[in-house]
Amino acid sequence: MQESQPQASNSLRQLQRVLSSLRIYPLLSLGALSSALLLVAAYAITPQLFRWAIDQGITQGNLDIVLYSAAGLVMAAIARGVFNFGQSFCAEALSQSVVYDLRNQIFSKIQTLSFSYHDQAQTSQLLTRVTSDIEQIRTFLSTNLIQVISGVVTLLTIAIILLVMNWQLALISLLVVPIAGWLMARFFRRNNQLFRQVQEQLSDLNAVLQENLLGVRVVKAFVRESVETERYTRLNADLVAANLKTLQAIRNTFPYIFLASNLVIVMVIGYGGIAVMQGRFSVGELVAFNAYLLLILQPILLIGFAAPAIAQAASSAERVYEVMDAAIEIKDRPHAMPFTTCGGRITFENVSFRYPGATSPALCNISFETKPNELIAILGMTGSGKSTITNLIPRFYDATSGAVRIDGRDVRDFTLASLRSHIGTVFQETTLFSGTLFSNLTYARPEATLEEVIAVAQAAQIHDFVTSLPEGYDTVVGERGVGLSGGQKQRIAIARTLLTDYSILILDDSTSAVDAQTAAQIQAALDDLMRRRTCTSFVVAQRISTVRTADRILLVDKGRLVAQGTHAQLMAQSPLYSIILESQMKAAPALS
Amino acid sequence: MTANLSSPADAKPQLSTLRRFFGYFAPYRHEIPVALLMVLIGATSQAIGPLLIGWSIDNLILQGNLPGLLRMLAILASIYVVGFGAIRAQIRRMGGIVQRLLGQIRQDIFDKVQSLPVSFFDRSEAGDLMSRLLNDVNTVNQAFGLTIPQVLGQTFSLVGIIIAMLSINLQLGLLSNLVVPLMIFTTGVFSRWARSRFRLTRQTIGDLSAKLEEDIGSVREAQAFNRTQLNIEEFDSLNAANRRANVQAVAVTAAFLPSIDFLNTLATAGVMAYGGYLATTGAMTVGTVTAFLLYVQQFFRPIQILSQFYTQAQSALAGLDRIFLLLDEPVTLQDAPNAVEMPLIQGQVRFEQVEFGYSPHQRVLKGINLGAQPGQMIALVGPTGAGKSTIINLIMRFYDVSAGAVTVDGIDVRDVTQASLRRQIGIVLQDNLLFSGTVAENIAFGVPQAHQVDIEAAAQAANVHELITSLPQGYRTQLGERGTPLSQGQRQLVSIARAVLLNPRILVLDEATSSIDTRTEGLVQDAIARLLHNRTSFVIAHRLSTVTQADQVLVIQQGQIVEQGTHTELMALNRIYANLYSLQLGSV
Repeated sequence: MQESQPQASNSLRQLQRVLSSLRIYPLLSLGALSSALLLVAAYAITPQLFRWAIDQGITQGNLDIVLYSAAGLVMAAIARGVFNFGQSFCAEALSQSVVYDLRNQIFSKIQTLSFSYHDQAQTSQLLTRVTSDIEQIRTFLSTNLIQVISGVVTLLTIAIILLVMNWQLALISLLVVPIAGWLMARFFRRNNQLFRQVQEQLSDLNAVLQENLLGVRVVKAFVRESVETERYTRLNADLVAANLKTLQAIRNTFPYIFLASNLVIVMVIGYGGIAVMQGRFSVGELVAFNAYLLLILQPILLIGFAAPAIAQAASSAERVYEVMDAAIEIKDRPHAMPFTTCGGRITFENVSFRYPGATSPALCNISFETKPNELIAILGMTGSGKSTITNLIPRFYDATSGAVRIDGRDVRDFTLASLRSHIGTVFQETTLFSGTLFSNLTYARPEATLEEVIAVAQAAQIHDFVTSLPEGYDTVVGERGVGLSGGQKQRIAIARTLLTDYSILILDDSTSAVDAQTAAQIQAALDDLMRRRTCTSFVVAQRISTVRTADRILLVDKGRLVAQGTHAQLMAQSPLYSIILESQMKAAPALS
Repeated sequence: MTANLSSPADAKPQLSTLRRFFGYFAPYRHEIPVALLMVLIGATSQAIGPLLIGWSIDNLILQGNLPGLLRMLAILASIYVVGFGAIRAQIRRMGGIVQRLLGQIRQDIFDKVQSLPVSFFDRSEAGDLMSRLLNDVNTVNQAFGLTIPQVLGQTFSLVGIIIAMLSINLQLGLLSNLVVPLMIFTTGVFSRWARSRFRLTRQTIGDLSAKLEEDIGSVREAQAFNRTQLNIEEFDSLNAANRRANVQAVAVTAAFLPSIDFLNTLATAGVMAYGGYLATTGAMTVGTVTAFLLYVQQFFRPIQILSQFYTQAQSALAGLDRIFLLLDEPVTLQDAPNAVEMPLIQGQVRFEQVEFGYSPHQRVLKGINLGAQPGQMIALVGPTGAGKSTIINLIMRFYDVSAGAVTVDGIDVRDVTQASLRRQIGIVLQDNLLFSGTVAENIAFGVPQAHQVDIEAAAQAANVHELITSLPQGYRTQLGERGTPLSQGQRQLVSIARAVLLNPRILVLDEATSSIDTRTEGLVQDAIARLLHNRTSFVIAHRLSTVTQADQVLVIQQGQIVEQGTHTELMALNRIYANLYSLQLGSV
């Protein structure tokens, strides 16, 4: 996946897209916003109650007013509590809803993007986008966004109130805002690099730990424990040093901010005290003023901390939308029709194909036509293009030029769903899923019965193994099919495919990990199935032993169809075939 | 043991974990008193403010004493400056202590990992273990790293405030302080409630992540089997469950602070009412009431910070629990107390009536007897899971036998140190694991002080020298996560070079059969042949050529050696081996 150059404007635009999705939840959005605003009002009113209680109540000896203002305080507190809850709850529920939508959207997108996209994408990168990037956006929505809004409103409100009460005092007190702002901006500018450094040190350290965990045998075999420990110790010391530097940056910022606000309070008491002595100001007003000052510091800090969070959320949004905006290469044509029957005539007409981003073509002018009920083997070395040919039939990729036809119709005229449900593919790499053996086997057809499952398991020569397990078909299989050998996994994959509604069967090097004896048994069973049920079958292989019995062998080399014919014909006519045969007799694998 | 490491540690005896964590502070016990003093000074400077302000109002402002006021303000300003200095010092000292302490914990973890036997790693899932460890240290850092000074400060502040209030006016002080235990109690209730809600969210996010990882990694299968729609639906229901759980959890946390705030205000109102009453009857001054009001306002922040800390500390303690579990894991394979150095190996290896199982009721090897003379090549063949790799594990002493003995040159491997034994055994395994570092460093993995000349000679012998010199940075090319990826075949050649450089007396080789291109395959075969020459070697054979050239072929089926002999002898026997062989040959 190509990482685009981070452009501030683009990422902010993507963040705006996220914000615009708030419109889908008007109730929650308005709820959060209005709670925030009313909360500011509830906070702003409390110091006035103090002032009222002191000036009109205590100094006048009016107990009633004191009690009224106490009651007012309690009501303000209840209001604060309600609005605080409203704000937090609505903001969080809102963020969860927006993120719920985002997750569904990006997941669907990933599932429908074509093979060519996934060839270049890394699973870990995609995962990061769906998990931590989206989580970053969520945190922004639930906390920083509302904090910034309420912070700004709070500052403005308090500033206005202070200015109205006593503009000279107000100007002195509001000094703290630019001072704190400047200090925080400086902190985040410097801290950015520091933070990245700490992250890098941490991942370097973790890399060593991971290597030692995964490669424990190699480390012990080569008696490398002390060297590895030295490496780790050095990196650990670097990490501690980096963390200490971060502490220093904190030390040079926040204590200064707190000192500034404390000194401002001192100045206010001084100046305000003089005003009281001169009768221009009341004690209640002074106490209220002080209380307002205490309210100013937190919004400043919250706004300050929001700035980097916004930047992070914006770049996360950019990464998320990069996937969501990706073009789907393979999709149904406007008037695609369902694929129903297969007569067995599969034609490749001058098909050429180049992988996106590749310099040379993978297939060059491939042409051939199959006959009904033929078992076609495609033989070639790694990188010859053999798997690419069979990938074009179910439209995992589309040919760059030329056409692939089934019974005369271009495969691109069919709907993907109907086409693929009638083509059974067994991939080279077996992926099994967490769940039971039964759920794995019924992956394509969850509604299949046990009898059907047993039938295909027997054909794939795996039934005996399954029944030998204590829980049989209900045995739980790990995420990557742990606990099963390579050969067992492949047989399960074959059985899984056999359970589909296939008319065309494609087996891509599917018995490479199985021992010779079992491979022969599987082949015998499959041969039978292939001739009976399919209209055409394809076997892709590297080993001649796999393709000997095919009706026709297509010999592929460097993207070109070099020769075709039966085993005997090729032995006689194709020099390349003979060369391959000879080298394979010398280096026969899978004796064990 | 491992089961506990994988499962979330819930409310276990946390005191013992805490005590053990405090043990890590021991090396810094001389620095701690000063650090604590700084914290105390900082907290006091904050706590004293309202007191002085209140006093100023009564005795200076209301008395019109301007010079007195200015003097008092100067004192207050200097107190704040002193406090500022103390806070800076405290961040440096306490923060420094905690960071170094965490570094020690990370070191202890790694040291432990190096000492644990292979059996531990075969049981636990490495990836899971690692992410746990790293997350846990991270959580401890977040909970304690920067916040300990703050927490201590706030605790002192709280105590200081309470004392100040009580000293001004006992009755009013008691009244306002009634609320503190109430706040603490509320915190406890909420955090218990929140914990159960958050346990659910951890589960839902775990389910969601597992589904994500699986489905994102298997897109091809989903498209080939038309499973896309079903996957999307299944994901949606997990997604919705996660959303529900989170909203329910936040209902609790959102209600927490407002509740504390409300209690705080009740206290404030109470102070104002009662204090106001006292003031109107002249029993209390305006300044005092003001001071009280300011103090009650200051309750809120410490409780808020302490409760946040409490929640974070919970996860941190759970993490520490897991870390300590690992550190306590018994080391089941160690050098014997009187272990000697293994002398220069001649190369005779014997298995005498060896029995072995990975778990008590599982027997992988049952009465295995074999002997290899120096320089012989022993090929091991047989179906998967038959015990071939187990034999390798025992020769390397990654595991110890349950019965019988493995001897090298007549010496039981348990009588010598692991290091001296393994230094003389080279391995080339199936996965060809290389490490982050340069190519040269990887080849010199077992001989870190090797000279470049020797490294290149080993590469030559392994047929990989040309390949390396054709790379842009040659031997200095970085491999691993941030480096150039090599193909499977190329990695195998490098691991062969790694073994060659070691010049071992015994060699253990697992012939991989992953799809290597024909040309590299030829290079690999040639390099292996050279590697096997003149060394006692045990080969898990996958190539016909290996088997036919072996001095002994051992056919292993279900934990027992069912046939033993040379290729010719076994073919003459015309049983199991002959069957395997002809099947293989006939199918080519």
